[in-house]
Formats: sequence, structure tokens, C-alpha cells
Amino acid sequence: MKPMQPSAPNGDQEDVLHDEFFGHAHLTEISSAGRSLRSDLRELWAYRDLLFLLVRRDISIRYKQSAIGIAWAVVQPVITMLIFSVIFGRFAGLDSEGIPYPLFTLAALLPWLYFAKALTGSSDSLVASSNLIKKVYFPRLILPLSKTLSGLVDLAIAFGVLCVMLAWYGVVPGWQVVFLPLLILIAMMTALSVGLWLTALNVKYRDIGLMVPFVVQIWMYSSPVAYSMTIVPAQWQWIYSLNPMVGVVEGFRWAVLGKALPALEPILLSLSIVFLLFLSGIWFFRHTERTFADVV
Amino acid sequence: MTRAAIKIENLSKCYRLGETHEQTFSDQLVRIARSMVGRGRANSLRQAKDFWALRDISLNIMEGEAVGIVGGNGAGKSTLLKILSRITLPTEGRALVRGRLSSLLEVGTGFHPELTGRENVFLNGAILGMRNAEVARKFDEIVDFAGVEQFIDTPVKRYSSGMYVRLAFAVAAHLEPDVLIIDEVLAVGDADFQKRCLGKMGDVAKEGRTVIFVSHNMAAVQKLCSRAAWLSSGQLLAEGDPAQVIRQYLDASGTAADGGSDTKPGFLYYSESAAAHAKARVVSLQLLDSRSTPVSEVATWEPMVFRVGFEVAERFRSFSVVLQIATLDGAVLILTSTAPDNTVEFGVDSGRYFIDCTFERCLLSAGEYLIGVGLAIPSVEYVFREDALCRMHVLPKDVLGSGLPPTTKRYFVASKHAWTRPDRAPEGGRT
Repeated sequence: MKPMQPSAPNGDQEDVLHDEFFGHAHLTEISSAGRSLRSDLRELWAYRDLLFLLVRRDISIRYKQSAIGIAWAVVQPVITMLIFSVIFGRFAGLDSEGIPYPLFTLAALLPWLYFAKALTGSSDSLVASSNLIKKVYFPRLILPLSKTLSGLVDLAIAFGVLCVMLAWYGVVPGWQVVFLPLLILIAMMTALSVGLWLTALNVKYRDIGLMVPFVVQIWMYSSPVAYSMTIVPAQWQWIYSLNPMVGVVEGFRWAVLGKALPALEPILLSLSIVFLLFLSGIWFFRHTERTFADVV
Repeated sequence: MTRAAIKIENLSKCYRLGETHEQTFSDQLVRIARSMVGRGRANSLRQAKDFWALRDISLNIMEGEAVGIVGGNGAGKSTLLKILSRITLPTEGRALVRGRLSSLLEVGTGFHPELTGRENVFLNGAILGMRNAEVARKFDEIVDFAGVEQFIDTPVKRYSSGMYVRLAFAVAAHLEPDVLIIDEVLAVGDADFQKRCLGKMGDVAKEGRTVIFVSHNMAAVQKLCSRAAWLSSGQLLAEGDPAQVIRQYLDASGTAADGGSDTKPGFLYYSESAAAHAKARVVSLQLLDSRSTPVSEVATWEPMVFRVGFEVAERFRSFSVVLQIATLDGAVLILTSTAPDNTVEFGVDSGRYFIDCTFERCLLSAGEYLIGVGLAIPSVEYVFREDALCRMHVLPKDVLGSGLPPTTKRYFVASKHAWTRPDRAPEGGRT
């Protein structure tokens, strides 16, 4: 005889929560009155399988029907590094603070390329999924969130490239390398915070979609990706450091290459700006969320 | 002991017309600038206008009930379903839904063409609120129901539209919803699959779950639903016994109460008023005789031509016009489309068009019929559908020369045929 089917899922915490939103006894109220942030976040957690699947979908369709597939995640940072090394390192002869220029710029390109992709993806996330938004309900926040997460896979692959380069130049990172996850988290938060604003605005104003590539480009030139922060005049350093990506990029160089950290005060200030942007982004997103399906 | 599965209390939904996504910063700036220099709102680019898609709807639906919602285009059916499935929020009032709700507003939502059938099943399940483990448990059953076993690891962009719909319906139907909302999914797919879908919906209802069914197929509503509600211009006009409500709805169609009118001479139907957000709509329907003169009625076996005037608001690469003739009870006698039922394939740009459908001979017996016209993307979806657009009267004619002209009192279809005189059968089967 066949063994009996295991009876209902073992009532652990997660399933209780899932039942709260999808259970047969759950009572949903639909009205124009808003819901609490707490209940929204709980619902988001109940939908985490969807988040995971959307991230997976993103990754798998990005490289489907492409000849070299996931190798694109290697090609992009490598080619950019080569171009920067030739143009800025060789021709323009920019100072790289004693570090081999290719390594110097690659350490910055890693967080930068991730950030640029996460920002572009999340800004476009709602409009790109308008078909879904108009047809089914799910927490809309999942869309920009999934876009900031799916870039992490490319980042991990690019990290392999960095490891090879480090071995090539015989550079061994110090203990600071443990701070990398924190730096990535900051890049993620920054991308998500700005992305939340832009994607919600993009639903109504398609100008945003046209603006984003431009914003990303300007943002890159205002971050020390291709050049060293030292070329920024001293009196401007402080304001320059208010760009959160300055802290992330310089932090990466510090963590991987052992380069000295820039002044911490402006970086901390920029982090608080990111945090404010994040909170206001969530607020704005939740505030406009209800009309997405009507205007998108 | 039954309790309410859905409680709808004074639900209203207002759309602001003229505020569309085409709005850009510059439009907004122009508007602000104009109001500042005092040229007033009268001059603004697009005057925002309130449009009430739903007005003060109250309805209780008990657990285990199957409720059919009927009504013409722009009656508010879709808006009601969208609110119940939480895609859009009401402007006023509220609705309470008990348990898990699954809606099939349009099948295949969330299917990604590049992903395989298997990947899409999991993704679609998650979108509908299923846990991975749950989808995995039901996976075989879903694939089996859809009948796509061999193709489950093929990207769905290689699926036929029928396979696509079958898989999507299968996922939604196996979600074990407490409330299942279905809007016109049965418009696509082959007859066999439609029958299975109806069967599945019947099962769902029998298991004590609640079904809300929106359809233009009156026969299906009558067969499946224990109750019906009739919406018109955002208001609930009647609810109760399906046969009775459908009768009321069909009786009112084609009259002023339903929006359209048959007052313009030479037209069976004529309407200038477009429903909100309409991508395409039927403007007019004329009945012509063999000399292309508009007539108000034809007689049995006379040639008849239907001239459909329609308006399209955007470009469609593939388009189709559907015409149907039904009895007053809603049983469809004739249904034809330019595609896929015929091979008249075309696309349309925005604009107004008219198209003729010629019947060499009207096979209908004398009486009243309901004419339905639809505009569709062939085999994909309807963009406009009105099964009770207007009525048509067929005049009696003694076509069989018997003094007994065919009428709907006895039968509907008067086909040309012949009887022989009886021949005596050979005795005992010997030859």
C-alpha cells in the first residue's frame, strides 16, 4: 500500500501568515480607505514566492535566446573596464592612486553597473508589467523590488571577474572585505528608493521613462567610477560626497583594494538622505498605488 | 447554514475622463500656466469629466451561489469584477469578500511568452496567490486538465492560442478558490474545451464555492447560474431568477433603456455615444435587401445583407467582425465571423468602417430575433461584444407553398428541403 499523503502543511509561522491572506476564512475588505503599513508588509511577505519567481523569471528571460547567454554578465563589465582603461587610464592618463587602473575602475564598475541596472529596471517595472497590473491583484511593491534583486545575480558573476583580476595583479583584499554586503545593500536601497519614486511617477508621466537613461548617465559622471575622487577640488569634496553612490563606490575600493576611505561625515549624511528617500518613496508608492490600474 | 461570500455595499466607481496616461509634464504645465493667467479651465486641453462606471450597487452573494451578471457594453460589469478582484479600488462604498478569490478576467495574464509552460504555471500560480508547494502538488492535475503534456517544457510563445487558454484556465480553476470570477474566458477555445470549462465551473459551484460569471452567452448563464443580476449604465436594474432577469434584459435591449436606439430610419441600430475606454465599438447596423436598399425587415428565404458600421480607436494588426442571430431566449442560431470562421483576414487603423455580411437566403422563420455583433482580435479576445444589440423581425412567407408559413411559434429554421412519397419497403429484408 502507498503511504498516506502527509496531511496539511505543518502549521508553522509562515503558513499561518499565508492563511491570513489566502486562507478560506480570510475576510477581505475592499474600500477606498487605505490599509495600514503593517498589514501591507505582512501581505508582501505572504507573497514572497511571487517575488522569488519574478526574480527568477527576470534572470531566465534576460539570457534566453541569446547565443552566449549568461556570459553577457561577464562581457559588460569587462568591455567597460577595457574601454575606460584605454581612454581614461592610458590616453587621458587619469590618476588611479597607485592602483593599476583596470583594477581601480573595475572595483567601481561592479557596484555601479548593478546600481544602474537596478535603477533602470525598477523605474520601468510598473509600466513594463502594465498588463499584469490591469488584470490581477498582488502587492505592486513586488515589481520594483524584484528588479533590484534580479541584478544581484549579474553582480555575483561580475564578482568572479574581479577575483580573477585580483589574482592577476596579485592583490589580496584585507579584512575590510566583510563590509561588501553592507555596501551592496546601500546601493540596493538607493536604487530602490529612487526607483520607487520614478516608477510610480512613470505610470502617469511617461516622460520619466525617457529621462531615466539620461539620469543614469549624469549620475555616473558624478560618481568616481572612471576617475579618482582626488581630482574633485577640495572645496567641492563635501557636496560631492552627498551623492550616495560616492560612498558605495569609494567603499568598494576601500574594501577590495585597501584604498583609504574618504571623509565619513558626508557619507553618513548621504545615507540619511537615502533613508529619507526610501521612506518617502514607500509613502508615495503606497499613496499612488491605488490608481495604477486606472491610469497605466 | 449559508453566509454571505460577498457583500457589496453601496459600491460606486468614478473615472475621470480626459485624464489619460498620455498626459505628460508639458500638458500639466500648460494647464497650470493657463489657470494662472486666468484663461480658466474652459480652455484647458482636455476637460476632465466625471464618469460613473458604477453607481450605488448593493448585492449579497451567498456561499455556494453561482451568480451570472448580464448587461450591455459599458454597463459596468467589468468594473465590478475589477473591484471585486482588487485591481482597482471603489470611489465610494465597500465590498467584503470571504476567502480566496480567483479571477479569470483574461486568461493568460502573467504568462510570459519566453518562459516554458512549466515555468509559467508556477509563476501564474504565484500571481494568483498560490504557494510553490501547492502548485507543485496540483501540477500534474493542471497539466492533465489543460492537455498540454508534450509541450510543458516548450516556451508558451510556441503554443497555439487554444493551448494557451487551456493552460491558463487550468491554473486558475485548480486554485481552489472560494470565489471564482469568470469573465468571458469561454469566448475562446474549442467547443470541447468550453464544455469542460463549464463542467469545471459547475463542479466548483457544487462544492459549495461561489461563482460569479459574466457572459454574453445567455444560454450558459441560464444553465450555470442560480441567480442573475442585470447591470445597465452602472446601475443594478434587476436580480433574481436567471430566466426572468435574462428575459428582462433581452426585452429591454434595442430599446432606449439600453443605450442604443432603433429610431434612426433605415437602421436596426445606431449609437453615437461611445462607452468609456472603448477601443472599438459598433456604431450602426443596417439590414439591406438584394438591391442594397435599407429595409426594416425581411421575409423568410429572401436575400438579406447586414451592414455593420464600426469605429476603431487604435490600430489592430488583426481584426475580426462577428455577427450572430439568436432567439429571444438567447439560443444562438447563426454565428459567423470574418475570421476565424471565415478567411477574410484584415487589420484596421483607427477610423470608421463598414462591412457587409450577405446571406443568400434568410433561413429564419417568421418572428423576432436578437442580433448580436462583436469586434474581436481573432481567436484572442473580444474588444466589443453585444449579443443583444438590437432586434430583427422576419416576415412570414409561405415558402413551402403549403399555406403554413414557418414561424417561430413552431420552429426557428426554415431550411430548403424535400420529402419523397413513401416507397414500400421490401418484405422481410429480402432483395
